[in-house]
Amino acid sequence: MKYALEIAVLAIVLVFAASILVVLSTGEHEWAGADDQAEDVIKEMTGSEYEPWTTPVYEPPSGEIESLFFSLQAAIGALVIGFFFGYYYRGRQITT
Amino acid sequence: MHIMEGFLPPAWCLFWFLVSAPFIIYGMYQLRILMREKRETLPLLAVAGAFVFVLSSLKLPSVSGSCSHPTGTGLGAILFGPCITSILGLIVLLYQAIFLAHGGLSTLGANVFSMGIAGPILAWAIYKGGQKTGLNTYLTVFLAAALADLFTYVVTSVQLALAFPAEVGGFATSFAAFATVFAVTQVPLSIIEGAVIALTFKYIIDVRSEILVKLGVLTDAAAGRLRGVGA
Repeated sequence: MKYALEIAVLAIVLVFAASILVVLSTGEHEWAGADDQAEDVIKEMTGSEYEPWTTPVYEPPSGEIESLFFSLQAAIGALVIGFFFGYYYRGRQITT
Repeated sequence: MHIMEGFLPPAWCLFWFLVSAPFIIYGMYQLRILMREKRETLPLLAVAGAFVFVLSSLKLPSVSGSCSHPTGTGLGAILFGPCITSILGLIVLLYQAIFLAHGGLSTLGANVFSMGIAGPILAWAIYKGGQKTGLNTYLTVFLAAALADLFTYVVTSVQLALAFPAEVGGFATSFAAFATVFAVTQVPLSIIEGAVIALTFKYIIDVRSEILVKLGVLTDAAAGRLRGVGA
């Protein structure tokens, strides 16, 4: 089948999305980053609060600005992927 | 997720920098050869790098009720090998450390090792192994990318457990605790990542299978077969 792989990937994504919906409806979750949780584990394991010995050179002043940089990162990546796939598809049309 | 700035004692930071450095240096050497001898593969390198950019910026929710992001390093590892991929990882980690306070400059060595080196080495090994045993190419790519993602977080757990062994039980207890936190979040995400990268691989075969042959990723026969079937 020509689109077997596409269908399989779509199915995986749908199962994933459905699982999130199930979790959403079953109680309160923080949806925090896993690295924040790691901080708690450090405390739990060593029995004391760990004091970071250095701080980031620059910290986004707010959550909004942080998402700006994250979306910028995704946009740059998506642009490059789109550009080169477009370039490749065009090349194929000309040669065949 | 990466180890945050300042969250690894200086001695361990230095240790992981020293471990990562040879891979980065060898990767730069390989990259120079690639740029000289196989220039037509560079767009593909850009795509592989862009994949790391996109996937590692997507913080996805997971069934555990927490968020994490995929790594996207599997594609680069399959196409160009782990050393060149370590440079792609380094670029992304630098971006995130400088602009996002995500990861950090002091922990850069450790994060490059987990995301840019350990994961890609596993992906590359799985891909090569799968090719030898004649496993379905897309299944191999899926497994390589998904397990590379997962392995990155296993290594992160090892790094954290080495630096913060539990008072009772030492390294093993600590590793189990860190691995649980990361693994439950990461398993679904790594499956998604594997699927997306397998699909991308199909499109690369569709448009430019001859570059894959040139890179030694596929044999001529395999490329022809995959194109013919269209999967």
